[in-house]
Amino acid sequence: MAGGYKYFEAIEKHAGKLGILIAIMVSLGGLAEITPLFMEAHKVHPAEGVKPYDPLRLAGKDIYVREGCYLCHSQMIRALRFETQRYGHYSVASESVYDRPFQWGSKRTGPDLARVGGKYSDTWQRLHLMDPRAVAPDSNMPAFPWLARETIDAADIQARMRTLRRLGDPYSDAEIAAAPEALKGKTAMDALIAYLQGLGVDNEPHAPATAQAGAR
Amino acid sequence: MHPTETYNDRVVRLFLLAAAVWGIVGMSIGVFAAAQLAWPALNFNTSWLTFSHIRPDHTFGVIFAFGGSALMGTCYYVVQRTGHTRLAFDRLATFTFWGWQLVCVLAMATMPFGITQSKEYAEPEWFIDILIAVVWVSFGTVFFGSLARRRIQHIYVANWYYGAFIVAVGLLHIVNNLALPVSLTKSYPIYSGVVDAMVQWWYGHNAVAFFLTAGFLGMMYYFVPRQAQQPLWSYRFSIVNFWALISVYMWAGAHHLMYTALPDWVQSVGMAFSLVLLMPSWGSAANGLLTFNGSWHKLKTDPAAKFMVLSLVFYAASTFEGSMMAIKTVNSLSHYTDWTIAHVHSGSIGWVAMITIGSLYAMAPRALGRPAMHSTRAMELHFWLHTCGLLLYVISMWAAGITEGVMWRSTQPDGALTYSFLDSLRAVHPLYITRMLGGVLVLSGMLVMAWNLWHTAAHARKRLITPIPVPIPEPVPHQVPAPLPAAG
Repeated sequence: MAGGYKYFEAIEKHAGKLGILIAIMVSLGGLAEITPLFMEAHKVHPAEGVKPYDPLRLAGKDIYVREGCYLCHSQMIRALRFETQRYGHYSVASESVYDRPFQWGSKRTGPDLARVGGKYSDTWQRLHLMDPRAVAPDSNMPAFPWLARETIDAADIQARMRTLRRLGDPYSDAEIAAAPEALKGKTAMDALIAYLQGLGVDNEPHAPATAQAGAR
Repeated sequence: MHPTETYNDRVVRLFLLAAAVWGIVGMSIGVFAAAQLAWPALNFNTSWLTFSHIRPDHTFGVIFAFGGSALMGTCYYVVQRTGHTRLAFDRLATFTFWGWQLVCVLAMATMPFGITQSKEYAEPEWFIDILIAVVWVSFGTVFFGSLARRRIQHIYVANWYYGAFIVAVGLLHIVNNLALPVSLTKSYPIYSGVVDAMVQWWYGHNAVAFFLTAGFLGMMYYFVPRQAQQPLWSYRFSIVNFWALISVYMWAGAHHLMYTALPDWVQSVGMAFSLVLLMPSWGSAANGLLTFNGSWHKLKTDPAAKFMVLSLVFYAASTFEGSMMAIKTVNSLSHYTDWTIAHVHSGSIGWVAMITIGSLYAMAPRALGRPAMHSTRAMELHFWLHTCGLLLYVISMWAAGITEGVMWRSTQPDGALTYSFLDSLRAVHPLYITRMLGGVLVLSGMLVMAWNLWHTAAHARKRLITPIPVPIPEPVPHQVPAPLPAAG
C-alpha cells in the first residue's frame, strides 16, 4: 500500500477514533454557520411596530402553527422584483424575532402571507376559512370549519405567555393578567383571523427601503 | 464456554416486517394527501384528515418509520456480517426495535391532532423527542458495541456510513429540538426567527444528508457488492468520498433560504458548498455503479440488482439536480414550487426507496432462512410498478414546478404581473392528478412486495429456521482489538 493509506489504517481499525473523527467533521459546518448567527441574534432588534403577539394573536399564531398552514403558505417575501410586486416589501429578519418557530415556510401551494394583513376584510377571511371555494373558485385549500366551533382556553394562553417570557419575549405581568379579558368569547377562528390581519401590517421597513421599485 | 455464537437475525426480521408495514402506511397517507391537493373536498371537513394535518404523517411515516426501520434493520445485519460477530447487547437491540416503533406510533398518532412543533421533518412534540433521543443513544450503543467486539480488524466502509448516520442524526436531532415545554402537548423552540430558520434547515438538510443519504449509502456499500458478487470498485475512492461527503454536507443547509432574510454570506457559503457536494455524491454513485462491472448480465435476471442500479442512477441524477437548484439564479425560479417536491421524490422514491427495496430483497431470504425470495416475477412486477410510478410522479412535478416558477415571474410589457396566483394553481391541476396516479403505482408495488415477503417468511413464521452461526475467521497476529475467543 502506498504512503497515505497507513494513516487512514489507524482510523479504520479503531471504532472509537472513527466515531470521534466523524463527530468532529460533521460539527464544523454547523458551528461555522450557526454560531455567528446566534451571536448576531442579540443585535437584531424587532422592527418598528413589531411587538410580542397580544394574547388573541398569540392564540391565532399557535393555531396557524397547529393547523400546519406553513406547509402550503410561506411568510417570506424574497428580495426579487416579481415577489415584491405580488406580495409587497421583501421580508426582513427583524420582523420574525417573536416567531417560535419561524414561519417562513418552504412551499407555496397557496400564496405568501407575510403581508396579507389588511388585504381582505375579516368577513372575507371567515368565509374563506369556512369554505375557500365560496370566495376563491378553483382554490385547493381545505376548509377549516372546526375553528369556528372551538373556544380558547385563557389559562393555557397565559401559560404560553409566561413560557415565552422565560425565553426572552418582553411580556409584562399586566399583559398576562389581562389575557382572559382579551380572549373572552373568542373562537379559534377569531384568533386566527386576528393573527392573519396583523401579518406584516405595521412593520414594513421604512426609508430607505421605500425607494425599492415595486414595493407597493 | 458459551455455545457456538450465532447472528442475531431476530431483531433484523422484526425491522424488516416494520419497514414493509410502515412503507405501506406512509405511502398510503402520501397518496391520500396528494389526492386532497387535486380534490380538496377529500378532507371531509375533518381536522385530522386534512392535508396540513396528515402531511407530517406522510413525511414522518416514509422517512423515519419506513426508512428508519429499514436502516436500523440493515445496519444490524451488516455490522454483524462485516465484523463476524453477534450484535452486542441483545436486549438493548430488542429495546431499540420496540422503542422506535413506539416513537413512530406516538408521533403519527399525535401529529394529525395538532400536537406538533411544526418544524418540518421534526414535527413530533418534546416528549416524543426525548424518547427518540433515548432510542437513538441505545441504537448507537448497540452499533458501536458490536463494532468493538468484531473479529475482523478492518471496519468495512458500510459501517463508516452507518456510524456517521448515527452520530450526526443524534447531534442534529438534539440541537434542532431544544425547546421549552408549556404543557405536555405544546412547547416553544429556544430559537426564534432567523436563527430558528438556520437551525431548522441545518437540521432539515442534514436529515436528508445523514438519514436519507449516509445511512442508505451504508446499505449500498454492503448490498451492492453482495448482490453484484463483485468486490467494491475502489476502496480508496470510497475513503475520499466518505470524508468529503460528511464534512461538506453540513455546510449546505443554507441553500433552503436563498434570497430570504438570512444574511447573504450564509446563503453564498451554502451555495458554494452545495456545488462542491456534487463531487462526493457522484463519486459514491460511480463507485456503486462500477462495482457492477463484470456482473451487468445480472440485470437480466435479478430484479434486486435492477432496483440497485436504478437507485444509483437516481442518486446521481437527484444530487446533480440538488446542486443545480442550490445556484441562486436557479433557486429563484425553483424555490417554493413543486420542483422542490419533484427533487425530493426523485431522491426518495428513486434513490432511497429503490436502494432499500433492492437491499431488502437481497437481505430478506438470508434473514428468513430461504434460498431466494418467494417469487421473482413479483419482484419484477414491483420493479416496473415502482419505476413507472416514479417517472409519472417526478415528471409531472417537474412540469408543475417549472410552470409555477415561470408563471409567478411572468410580466406583461408594461411591467405588470401576467398571472394571478390562482392561474398557476389551475395550470398545475392536471399534473396534481398525474402525480397522485404515480403515487398509486408506487404504493401498489409496495403491496406486491409485502405479499412476497409474507410468503418468503412462511418458514420463519412456523419457527422452522435455525440461527446462522458466526464464522470465526483465521486469527491475525497482534490484532487490535483482540478478537473474541472462538466460540464452541
